[in-house]
Amino acid sequence: MLLINSFLFCGFVCMLAQIILDNTKLTPGHITSLFVVLGAFLDSFSFYDKIIKVVGGGALVPITSFGHSLIHGALAKTNEYGILGILMGMFDLTATGITAAIIFAFLFSLVFKPKN
Amino acid sequence: MYEIKKIGNTINGDNMKNEKYELIAKDHQAKVPKIKNAIIAFISGGIVGLIGEGIIELLCYNTHISRSSAGTIMIVILIFVASLSTALGFFDKLVTKFKCGLLIPITGFAHSMTSAALDYRKEGPIYGLGANIFKLAGSVILYGIIAAWFFGMIRFLLGGKI
Repeated sequence: MLLINSFLFCGFVCMLAQIILDNTKLTPGHITSLFVVLGAFLDSFSFYDKIIKVVGGGALVPITSFGHSLIHGALAKTNEYGILGILMGMFDLTATGITAAIIFAFLFSLVFKPKN
Repeated sequence: MYEIKKIGNTINGDNMKNEKYELIAKDHQAKVPKIKNAIIAFISGGIVGLIGEGIIELLCYNTHISRSSAGTIMIVILIFVASLSTALGFFDKLVTKFKCGLLIPITGFAHSMTSAALDYRKEGPIYGLGANIFKLAGSVILYGIIAAWFFGMIRFLLGGKI
């Protein structure tokens, strides 16, 4: 069931992005930034957490989950450190993705050459 | 007097030209198959989400790791595959076919970073690779942090805790 929900949710988010891309003058860069902001907004009242519970891994894959993990880590730290926790916990959950992307990008740029 | 008139005419002429040009350009623009694109994005994006959930379930059934760490491993795997296929040069071809279906998932983030790293490496390690690796992915991180800070402050000040 989670597999079907993952397919539907991730497909829906991508379709929404494609419709915005085709009908406005926004570039893919604008749309990814917009979706990150949207993810952070949806999680500011824990709505995205509920989506993840229903959908499973499919909700972790789109870029909206990046915004969700940023705000989720930040708010989790506020339990311990108060308002300073927002600054301390910002990267707690997204660190894996960003670090992995940096390391792979660096290593592959040393090994491979651009094709075009 | 003559010159002013001339300038006035050329300005008018240019305006006419621009308007005409836009009309002509509109007629000759290739029509985007919007519905087809939307369906392609839905299916391809859905398959990426399906693969993500599939990896999580495979990891959970075959090993004794928690679901949240399986999710982390899944994201690393997707980033690795996207970076490698960008470096090998066929991710761009897939993007032109599947469009947002591959750009909106985390694969698009990895793709933008790896392609920037590959393109700017020849300009040197500091002002080339180092300065430009975040050229495309930087906006995602910047606006993500600003939005998370802003909404997080609102949530915190309203007394909400996770």
